[in-house]
Amino acid sequence: MSVGATDRLSRLLAMVPWLLRRQGIPIAEAARHFGISEEQLIKDLELLFVCGTPGHMPDDLIEADWESGRVYLDNAETIGRPLRLGPDEAVALLAGLRTLADVPGLHDRGPLESAMAKLSAAAADAVPVASALSVDLTVGAEEETLRAARLALSRRRRLRLRYVVPSRDEVTDRDVDPMRVTNMAGRWYLEAWCHRAEEVRLFRVDRVVGIEVLDVDGTPPPEAVSRDDDGEQLFHPDEHDILVTLEVGPRARWVAEYYPVESVADLGEGWLSVQMRVATPRWLPLLVLRLGGAGRVVDPPELANQAAEAARKALAAYS
Amino acid sequence: MSARRTERLLNLVICLLATRRWLTKEQIRAAVPQYAACETSEAFDRMFERDKENLRELGVPLLTGSDSSWFEDEVGYLIDRDAYALPELELDAAELAVLGLASRVWQRASLAGPAARALVKLSALGVDPDEGSLVGLEPRVRTAEPAFEPLYAATRDRAPVTFRYRKPDGEVAERHVEPWAVASRGGRWYVVGRDRDRAAARVFRMSRIESEIHRIGPQGSYDIPENLDPSEMIGAGPTRADEREAVLHVRSGRGARLRRRAAVSGGSAGPTVPASPDDRHGSGDRWDEIRLPIGDSGILAEELAGYGPDVVVLEPPDLRDHVVRLLREALATQTAPPRRAAATHSGAVTAS
Repeated sequence: MSVGATDRLSRLLAMVPWLLRRQGIPIAEAARHFGISEEQLIKDLELLFVCGTPGHMPDDLIEADWESGRVYLDNAETIGRPLRLGPDEAVALLAGLRTLADVPGLHDRGPLESAMAKLSAAAADAVPVASALSVDLTVGAEEETLRAARLALSRRRRLRLRYVVPSRDEVTDRDVDPMRVTNMAGRWYLEAWCHRAEEVRLFRVDRVVGIEVLDVDGTPPPEAVSRDDDGEQLFHPDEHDILVTLEVGPRARWVAEYYPVESVADLGEGWLSVQMRVATPRWLPLLVLRLGGAGRVVDPPELANQAAEAARKALAAYS
Repeated sequence: MSARRTERLLNLVICLLATRRWLTKEQIRAAVPQYAACETSEAFDRMFERDKENLRELGVPLLTGSDSSWFEDEVGYLIDRDAYALPELELDAAELAVLGLASRVWQRASLAGPAARALVKLSALGVDPDEGSLVGLEPRVRTAEPAFEPLYAATRDRAPVTFRYRKPDGEVAERHVEPWAVASRGGRWYVVGRDRDRAAARVFRMSRIESEIHRIGPQGSYDIPENLDPSEMIGAGPTRADEREAVLHVRSGRGARLRRRAAVSGGSAGPTVPASPDDRHGSGDRWDEIRLPIGDSGILAEELAGYGPDVVVLEPPDLRDHVVRLLREALATQTAPPRRAAATHSGAVTAS
């Protein structure tokens, strides 16, 4: 199916009523409102120009005039009212609102609730379908951190973070210029220019243990560019990273689905051999302890020794 | 190509909105100039069917009927003018901004098209959104699983489906399901529904579906239970609340997240326990005594075991025993001979 054609038709059906109520609006302003280029807006007007009621005599066609740089539209009363929402369109917005409603700190409650009420009334048929589409983004959505990050973004302020680096179980203090707050693979991240590392860093929101909005301009430097996160994997394993082999049992098969793995082989009895590349392997011995017998490190041998040593040391405190 | 198609669809909309009578397919073919390019009736029929489907997706209330007793077997078409228009929602700038944020949830997902179109329609009603306080926010979900689209559509249409599913233990079987809801949590998609073979509610993880989704019944085949809570069914509901307090010794400078939870919950993060004369935790470091609510004791035990030698559980005894058991089993597995001997890494099974 040509998505382009239906999206464009939908835009045209929205644009005609909007322009009819704003005769003489500058081309640039109309283009901005619909989020398209001026060129594209003119192409749209040219298309409208050749459409109209059956007969297609000059009198039947939509009249569009933009010579002066301002847009005038006439003879388009047939499509003079905006088209109602399609079923999936209403569902997408309603389900999106419900998702946001559960993430406090990210928005103001008042507008969200009134928008939800108005939309539910206008698209009542979509309400039950929207409740059958549930997106939960609450995991690790620390309200205080999200609220401070949002404030800093809207006012362009710098943030002071106390941040836990879990592979070292260490708290670091750093000043950052926030770029965006986003959710990837079910986790919340603050992307920011880190003044300590002098590069763009992703901070997991649930690892921020202290956050303060500073009264300092927080505009990121020009070299701060958002990471491309178009792919599903946020962290692309590097070939210089260490190749690690784990064995995981039935209770820990999730490891093979959770981490970006290089390969998986079946060992029988529900056990898998998993290979993955990691930049800092220090957290792997701790993962082994946490799995409580459902998994182990096989390679490299030093890492396997560290896992066993960590377990012995931890047990020593209980003997 | 796309422009001609848009032109054709727009003329079709105008033609069916302008008419007061039912128009037959032949009348429509004559009225919309772009259909003249169809050389055969079959080609026109196919094109017209697709166009009708596209218009319905956009929300156009396309009706079929006939007001003539002479042409009983000839169906006519028109667009219901009253149902066509979007009601005046009187959205203000802040409401429109949050609707924009809601639409961006789908930016990288299979409902991206409908979500963006919906926003364009709503913004045609008037005001410009006030996005000042929502700048830089990108909440979003992805739908990488190929099963998402057909399962969402089946849920919407209440149509039963079948697919091949791999259970966590590796067993693969054909399942027959009435989908009730699709849900995402922690970056994973699930479908919740009634498993016909087991005559019971079940949760399926989409990444474990190993075949295409096939419908095995018509739309509206079943009802979805009221008050369904898909989040709870996929185990996302509130975790079990063990209200007792855990007492821990945490090595100085370690366990920042445990310390924060202790502080947030009103638990205490002091006093600092000096390195005792008998050096009970086997090091010269200082230790802090921390108290925090247990919540789910199984989950907490795994988390605490994961701190290794930096955290020692003092109370309660069952939590302490659980952590010790995890550590002992971890050590036993880690020091046993590897199982891999025969396995080869051919990359045969790829995890998603």
